[in-house]
Amino acid sequence: MTPEIAIAIFLTIATAATPLLIAALGELVVERSGVLNLGVEGMMVMGAVTGFGAAQITGSAYLGLLAAIICGALFSLLFGVLTLSLATNQVATGLSLTLLGLGASGMIGENFIGLPGIKLKAIEIPLLSDIPVIGRLLFAQDLIFYISILLTIAIWYFVFKTRAGLTLRSVGDNHTSAHALGINVLKVRYLAVMFGGACAGLAGAHLSLVYTPQWTENMTAGRGWIALALVVFASWRPLRIVAGAYLFGAVTIAQFHAQAQGVAIPSQLLSSLPYIATIIVLVLISTNKRMTMKNTPASLGKPFVPDR
Amino acid sequence: MIRIQLEKRAQHSAIFSLTSPLIALAITATLGAIMFLLLGKSPTAALYSYFIEPLTDMWSIHELMIKAAPLILIATGLSICFLSNNWNIGAEGQFILGGIFGSALPILYPEFTGPMVLPLMLIMGIIGGAAYATIPAFLKAKFSTNEILSSLMLVYVAQLFLDWLVRGPWRNPEGFNFPESRTFHADAILPEIWFASGRAHWGFAFAIIIAVLMWFVLNKTLKGFEVRVLGLSPRAGRFAGFSENKMIYTAFIVAGGLAGLAGISEVSGAIGQLRPVISPGYGFTAIIVAFLGRLNPLGIIAAGLILALSYLGGEAAQISIGVSNKVSAVFQGLLLFSVLACDTLIHYKIKIVKTMRGKAAL
Amino acid sequence: MKKITKTILGAAAATLFASSAMAADAKACFIYVGPIGDFGWSYQHHQGLLAVEEAYGDKVETAYLESVPEGADAERAIERFARSGCNIIFTTSFGYMDPTNKVAAKFPDVKFEHATGYKRDTENVATYSSKFYQGRYIQGQIAAKLSEKGEAGYIGSFPIPEVVRGINSFMLGAQSVNPDFKVKVVWANTWFDPGKEADAAKSLIDQGVDIITQHTDSTAPMQVAEERGIKAFGQASDMIEFGKKTQLTAIIDDWAPYYVERVGAVLDGTWKSQDVWHGLAEGNVVMAEYANMPDDVAAMAKETEEKIKSGELEPFTGPITKQDGSEWLAEGDKADIGTMLGMNFYIKGVDDKLPQ
Repeated sequence: MTPEIAIAIFLTIATAATPLLIAALGELVVERSGVLNLGVEGMMVMGAVTGFGAAQITGSAYLGLLAAIICGALFSLLFGVLTLSLATNQVATGLSLTLLGLGASGMIGENFIGLPGIKLKAIEIPLLSDIPVIGRLLFAQDLIFYISILLTIAIWYFVFKTRAGLTLRSVGDNHTSAHALGINVLKVRYLAVMFGGACAGLAGAHLSLVYTPQWTENMTAGRGWIALALVVFASWRPLRIVAGAYLFGAVTIAQFHAQAQGVAIPSQLLSSLPYIATIIVLVLISTNKRMTMKNTPASLGKPFVPDR
Repeated sequence: MIRIQLEKRAQHSAIFSLTSPLIALAITATLGAIMFLLLGKSPTAALYSYFIEPLTDMWSIHELMIKAAPLILIATGLSICFLSNNWNIGAEGQFILGGIFGSALPILYPEFTGPMVLPLMLIMGIIGGAAYATIPAFLKAKFSTNEILSSLMLVYVAQLFLDWLVRGPWRNPEGFNFPESRTFHADAILPEIWFASGRAHWGFAFAIIIAVLMWFVLNKTLKGFEVRVLGLSPRAGRFAGFSENKMIYTAFIVAGGLAGLAGISEVSGAIGQLRPVISPGYGFTAIIVAFLGRLNPLGIIAAGLILALSYLGGEAAQISIGVSNKVSAVFQGLLLFSVLACDTLIHYKIKIVKTMRGKAAL
Repeated sequence: MKKITKTILGAAAATLFASSAMAADAKACFIYVGPIGDFGWSYQHHQGLLAVEEAYGDKVETAYLESVPEGADAERAIERFARSGCNIIFTTSFGYMDPTNKVAAKFPDVKFEHATGYKRDTENVATYSSKFYQGRYIQGQIAAKLSEKGEAGYIGSFPIPEVVRGINSFMLGAQSVNPDFKVKVVWANTWFDPGKEADAAKSLIDQGVDIITQHTDSTAPMQVAEERGIKAFGQASDMIEFGKKTQLTAIIDDWAPYYVERVGAVLDGTWKSQDVWHGLAEGNVVMAEYANMPDDVAAMAKETEEKIKSGELEPFTGPITKQDGSEWLAEGDKADIGTMLGMNFYIKGVDDKLPQ
């Protein structure tokens, strides 16, 4: 394999991995606060349609991104009001949010069908992008790719190295004692849910502005669910999400390359590899009980109602 | 700032238990009416086609039962999982495996006919679903692997496995290589309940009987008590001498078995052959049904029927008032949100309070 | 009692909305497997519906249901149409075959048209399909002329006869220009997933192909090709907007002529069950403008198109050997319809193992 091909393959993998990474990072923060939002798919597809539409109307892909982020955050607020203020069941509410998002995005996007999208331009960082191999890999990409990397580091730092991150984790681990310590549990969770929504919106915009610059119904095609899987796969640690997202991307791309090379494995088996791999890794991670216990937000999915 | 404040009721509000679905319906109707007005459609016509039209003839009621049967069966099984804190969201996969196992007989041995075929198929279906559910149960009990994720991943694997079967080894030899199995012979078809009045099959009867049985088990037996105790507090359960691991297996196997039964009932009763896709997401929708029914099997019967009604109504609305199926999905979403939100009234008093900044911290 | 309730409800309904009671001579109904917004298969069928409206105006009422899953839901949707006064129902996916026939048996007065199937159990069922493979032959010739590497990438959806036929026809066309031409096939295992189709296209390009053709429905592969500066063929609809410098041509599914004709037949009472397999000649398969290629290649493509239309050229004419080297068609023989419909083998030269 020549370096040229290796670079090309890596770039393909990066494009496939970026939306998963961003959506999963957002959901990580949500779950760290003790909330399980299964509506990622719905928020993503809303971001995709808003991003596409705003870019079409304003002519700027960047305004599209901004609109998608805002839309994702507002849409997740719907989930927030129900699960946080009204203490509804998070699993059912999240699933309903996905249903609503898929329907609403289809309605909004009816007039966008068949229009070529506005692609977000790659930004070549001066000097750095001239470094052989690495320059092309890391410093000649689009804005969302850079955001995804910075976001990973920022969230890692935030969750584990800051006071606010400690607050987030304590809310997720034991909301009752966090409340007793004077932390406004619901406020923290609201912020986390909206951050998750914003990330999902951005991830959706990546689909309709970078990955495949177009709008088609259900274009997320299950990526929101994979993002959810990645969070648990990474046992709620940001750096592992990067590994997971890129691994998932790599397996997907590898199966196409294997097929093109004439490797005769039933394609259904190849397609199921990422899922089987996730289960195996999951088992490997969970056999280390101490580590799992330390990282799993203990209050995940449980509603919290302050007794004032 | 305005804040919503919840105040826990000392006990469940009996009034709201009964009226909250009605309030939810009223909210949905109002929101829906606004949406339809904005779309330039008559709200009365729209609401009529959603909630009344599907109930106006016998045929449609049969279809309602067909649509509701798998939802009720799966959700009933899930209720024992969710009550005992086992987050099985892979019922879709267990449904598919039930369909596959049950279909093995008429597909591989089409010469084998007679009255024994159907019972064997149903049993095989139950075994298939239960066996598939045992995987996440085993991983959870043995390695404490998160079951939400493992069961969800297994859904994708099941879908691809079915796809492979009907495109490969189980493909209909007389079917011009199209991706579907041979059609089942007459003895392998689940019969209709009331012959000739519509096509509702025995799957609906199974669903009702099993839901009622499950309600009895959960509410009137020691086993039901065990499920609840372990669900509320595994620690307390252990002190009471209940085994958490045993409960994991029980819950998953029951849920998987019922999903499997739903799967083979659907294949045998409504489809009549295996196809690359046998479920339009019943396993996921059933999760919503389980919660709408408040994890109570009797509530689940009602919830399953309501959700089925909203599907049929959505279809009716597409035809009679010409709205797209996206509108129907949004309307369904509004309905679900309203029902979930209104259920809060049963356990809490809702107060809307104005707080001044800083006061909240006191 | 039931009847009374029904009457009351019916009367209430009538007073609530008396708008849809417009008297049309016929009602034509359509069932789609995907959303009409897929810009592919279902979108094109819906264009056919619009053409029917255009052609007959107030004389024909139309209705459609989109995203109807194959299986139990399909039978309900079809029966609902039959009960709601449709005179002709088009069921536009292979998976609707058995439900269509089941419902047709119950409603002898309603006409049913099932796309891409082969079962016509009763007099009121007709089947229709398109010879898309004719367009693939032309694509193969163009690819063989233009590709510098002598190799094309082929994104398949599922290894069903329809798709396999397309690959073979593409290969026959290519071999008629360059006997050593190669094709790399990858299966996306989906009809519609823009991201995955884009990934498949990128992988093929990374493997060195310089022309791409697809048998999946989204415009994503076209966009990828445009971005990477190679050429590609569109699928189902004209995708030129997504690849102005890229699209060589596209195989357009144009159902409009057939739908207008069949609804017309219902209107004047001449409708009969039939099985048609229309192609370029009947206007059911339309080639998008030959673009982004030298004039001589475009001229060759047009010539082939004319030959296929006139019947002078039929892609599946012997001698053709199968991939394993055994003879399939002797010199001058034409493929029989059964083998065509159930094609589950590659011809010689396809460099892929057909998933079984």
